[in-house]
Amino acid sequence: MRKIIGYLKGFYGRMTIGFVIKTIATLAELMLPYILSHILKDIINSDLKDILFWGILMIIFSAIAGIFNIIANRMAAFVSKNFAENMRKDLFDKTLRLSAAQTDKFTIPSLESRITTDTYNVHGFINMIQRMGVRAPIMLAGGIAITLFMDMHLSLVMIAILPLIFVTVYFIRRMGVPLYTKVQQSVDGMIRVVREDAQGIRVIKALSKIDYEHRRYEKVNKALVKEEIKAGVIMGSVHPIMTFFMNMGSVAVIAIGAARISNSLSEPETIIAFMQYFTQISMALMAVTRMFVMYTKSSASAKRIAEVLSAEEDITLKAKTEYPDISTDSHILFDNVTFSYNGKRNNIENISFSIKKGGSVGIIGATGSGKSTVIKLLLRFYDADMGAIYINGEDIRTIERARFYEYFGSALQQDFLYADTIEENIRFGRDIPFSDIKKAAKIAQADNFITAFADGYSHQLSPHGTNISGGQKQRLLISRAIAAKPDILILDDSSSALDYKTDAALRCALKENLQDTTVITVAQRVSSVKDCDVILVLDDGKIIGSGTHDMLLEKCEEYREISNSQMGGAIVE
Amino acid sequence: MSKPKKPKKLDRKAFKSIFLRLCTYIFKYWYLFIPAVILTLVSNQLSLLGPKFSGDAIDAMAKKGNVNFNSVTDNIIKMIICYVLSSVLSYLLASLMIFISQKIVFTMRKQLFEKLTSLPVGYFDTHPTGDIISHISYDIDTINSSLSHDLVQIMTSVYTVIGSLIFMWNISKPMILVFAVTVPASIIFTRYHSKRVRPLFHTRSKKLGELNGYAEEMLSGCRTIKAYAREDEIGNRFNKRNTDSMDAYYKADYHGCTMGPTVNFINNLSISLVMILGGILYLYSQNGVAKAGSLFFITLGGVSQFVQYSRKFAGPINEFANIINELQSAFSAAERVFKIIDEEPEKTDIPNALLLDNVNGEVEFKNVVFGYTPDKTILKDISFAAKSGKTIAIVGPTGAGKTTIINLLMRFYDVNSGTITVDGTEARDITRKSLRKAYTMVLQDTWLFCGTIYDNIAYGRENATEDEIKAAAKAARIDKYIEALPDGYNTVLTDDGINISKGQRQLITIARAMIANSQMLILDEATSNVDSRTEIKIQEAMAELMKGRTCFVIAHRLSTIQNADLILVIKDGKITESGNHNQLLHSGGFYSTLYNSQFN
Repeated sequence: MRKIIGYLKGFYGRMTIGFVIKTIATLAELMLPYILSHILKDIINSDLKDILFWGILMIIFSAIAGIFNIIANRMAAFVSKNFAENMRKDLFDKTLRLSAAQTDKFTIPSLESRITTDTYNVHGFINMIQRMGVRAPIMLAGGIAITLFMDMHLSLVMIAILPLIFVTVYFIRRMGVPLYTKVQQSVDGMIRVVREDAQGIRVIKALSKIDYEHRRYEKVNKALVKEEIKAGVIMGSVHPIMTFFMNMGSVAVIAIGAARISNSLSEPETIIAFMQYFTQISMALMAVTRMFVMYTKSSASAKRIAEVLSAEEDITLKAKTEYPDISTDSHILFDNVTFSYNGKRNNIENISFSIKKGGSVGIIGATGSGKSTVIKLLLRFYDADMGAIYINGEDIRTIERARFYEYFGSALQQDFLYADTIEENIRFGRDIPFSDIKKAAKIAQADNFITAFADGYSHQLSPHGTNISGGQKQRLLISRAIAAKPDILILDDSSSALDYKTDAALRCALKENLQDTTVITVAQRVSSVKDCDVILVLDDGKIIGSGTHDMLLEKCEEYREISNSQMGGAIVE
Repeated sequence: MSKPKKPKKLDRKAFKSIFLRLCTYIFKYWYLFIPAVILTLVSNQLSLLGPKFSGDAIDAMAKKGNVNFNSVTDNIIKMIICYVLSSVLSYLLASLMIFISQKIVFTMRKQLFEKLTSLPVGYFDTHPTGDIISHISYDIDTINSSLSHDLVQIMTSVYTVIGSLIFMWNISKPMILVFAVTVPASIIFTRYHSKRVRPLFHTRSKKLGELNGYAEEMLSGCRTIKAYAREDEIGNRFNKRNTDSMDAYYKADYHGCTMGPTVNFINNLSISLVMILGGILYLYSQNGVAKAGSLFFITLGGVSQFVQYSRKFAGPINEFANIINELQSAFSAAERVFKIIDEEPEKTDIPNALLLDNVNGEVEFKNVVFGYTPDKTILKDISFAAKSGKTIAIVGPTGAGKTTIINLLMRFYDVNSGTITVDGTEARDITRKSLRKAYTMVLQDTWLFCGTIYDNIAYGRENATEDEIKAAAKAARIDKYIEALPDGYNTVLTDDGINISKGQRQLITIARAMIANSQMLILDEATSNVDSRTEIKIQEAMAELMKGRTCFVIAHRLSTIQNADLILVIKDGKITESGNHNQLLHSGGFYSTLYNSQFN
């Protein structure tokens, strides 16, 4: 929470003014029952004029309370708005800058809910605490102070009740946290079944599993109801218990009051005013407990936000002295690279290869053989555990981020398109003239289908590009990758949805137009890599074969197998 | 004058019908609801009696040194009884309402879910999963909290308002006049205010939704953003939306936050006016101007009671605006839920539909025409015959209608014209269940549910034995992988399937298909996620599985289809070429260009 509170810095002045205004409003409000009791006392020995005077004073105080509260609320809204805006901005910026390993650890859905729900919760809390955080405690303390002043004995009765209320409410709330955690888990379970079934409806219907799914849903539905009832029944006791204690307080005030009046130690009017304050105090108390609930909720959110904000950068720029340059004529050089995601099993092991400027490398292998890992290390999403990767002889750990990523154009596996125009999806926020975008799309065999849209490059994609086909998506991603004429082009399984004809035309166009670009192609199709200068065959994280297509056909049995299966075997030869 | 009113009237009508429909759910549990109503009345009556007794007690000590202790004690005991009972009853009420609302919510969720599963598959193509989930969780949640909270609140409010009014009427009729001014003032203000503020809140939630949507989308591409070092640019774009959203938030808040203090002011104004009037009346009562028993007579305790009741009275009136807002959102949630419940389900089987038994596997398309919507025909006059045990490969560019043929085979949709026959019987005359059982599908999107690998494979057929499941896994070449896992077949596949690769997921669905053991197979890009080496192995297993079965295969990979008995090349909804691999290759059409392109 402390880190989050830091975002209020710069608003302290405004908050103080707001605080003062709120305090005035609250005090004005507190005066009301006081005047009320005063009127009740005056009635006995005064005249109409006095009653009117004090009555009108009450109205004036009411008005002051109303107006000042509005002003203070607006100031609070302003502060909390700026607070949330700044915090969310930093949070988003930081989230984008987390390393891939950190993103894996937090998980994307969790990061997403930190930016949305958690920020929203904290925003709401900051807004409310400024409004009620002043009002409720002052009402509570002020109410008690005034009653002390009116009749100390009676107010002690009331004060005696407060700890009882706090303790019970505290304990019930504490019981509530695990109960609601369970409710949330049940909700997740229920939603999971719905999500699964919505996505798998074809399979479910095909296998005539509807009844089975109904039973499965019935189970989670029942579990959720059970947890909700459990939590509801326990948490439902908070309000009756609080009201009960407060009411018992008022009973005690009457009882003791009667005794005191009888001994001429107090007056009935005092008791009447006292009852007024009582309502005030119990309302303030309710507000305080509500704040308490919101605090627990939002401090959990604040903690989740702070976790992200304070995550240490783990992919840092290293010194050249530590990772010196080497002299090489290779554009890209992998030197004995080993890496593991979880620190247990190596996902790639002793990978070494090099590419000359303008050369090409193909990487092929089974699912899980480590093809994409090689790419992720080259892009420095992760740092290698052992060995080093060099670009133009520089260890990639020593190249500043901005300069480093300028080398690359990449079309990655499961890459993303977003709700914007096609042109912008290719440009991707970079400073690229339209002529280059069009040229890139032509090379990537995308121009044809783009211009077939009535609005061409201004055609709007839906979120995640769901309104175009898989093959069209891949061609746009490739357009994006080549639009800035990168030094290094990475194509990670990025033409798998293209038919052979388009794939061939694409590779042909790439070769023609990007002669100086070093290309790394990851694929499952032999036809996508067979023209590369070097093809690496990966198996279980190791290179089991490398060379040209013809060399591998001769030497590498696995490669031959793959090739034969795809090329249609004997018919070709 | 009448024109702008029209839509509002319709709204009201919809409001009413939704309300009545919600009532039918409540009436279903009338045996719980009636006690709830009684509890509400009694516990409120008790809490209203409290101030009366305290007022009476104060009256009994009106004179200094002359306290009527008998009366005080009497009233104190009454107060205690009232308050204890009131708390106990209100707790019982709260619990009872939770039971009722949970029962209702359970039924609604069940109805909604069962309706969803009976909808045509097209519904899920056109409605994002997120939407469906938000109906079954958030919308129903909104209804739930409204049922368990607002219902009692409304009953309590109505009762408190009427009850306090009666008490105040009994104490002093003239003083009630104050409320004849302040209550309408309060109502007019809240109505005017909420009318003005509502669009602001609407913009606010719209902008927030946009912001959240943008964050969600961009985070899904965080790798790409990193690879292009676009963090600054995307961050700026996000922040523009962030600022927009927060400005909208502030604007709504700025105007919205006047509500509470203003209503509170009107509240305090009433009390001040009540006090002034009460003071005057009391003055005259003491002077003897207003005689005991006259309309204007009032005691000190009476004034005190009246003030307390007037607070109780004003509270719910002001709350009403809030409740109406909450009800509005609950009703619109209910409307969305009912809309799904009212969706047209998949057509039921025709009466006396035949059971498809001892499937031979002869399928014939005759002049089939089909479109998902009337304005766009996807398949135009498709005719072909699949002989029992043969493999039919369907080839063609994206969007040509390959998947549509599968949808028609499975009767996820019915043809517009023409016929599809299975073993000579028209598909429409066969029960859906038995027809679908005749097929096994392996689809492009691997679908597995959160459960053990064992259960996921066993999903293919009820009562599959452990040996059969292991045999299927072996046939799908996934057995070694599964056995190497720490928990083996009991490994739980998590939501996002992070713990298992795409290819392996695909293999499990193939194992599931093997278990199903149907007479006909449908493979839609079945091996597109499996790498080539694994594919060879699967093809062997598939070849065995396909033996003797009629198979429909969609694949981009020529290797998968070149052994097919019949290859259909589909373009623009028509069959442009058909024949086996060699025939098509020699005919020099689209297929041969496609095939030869891999060597250029």
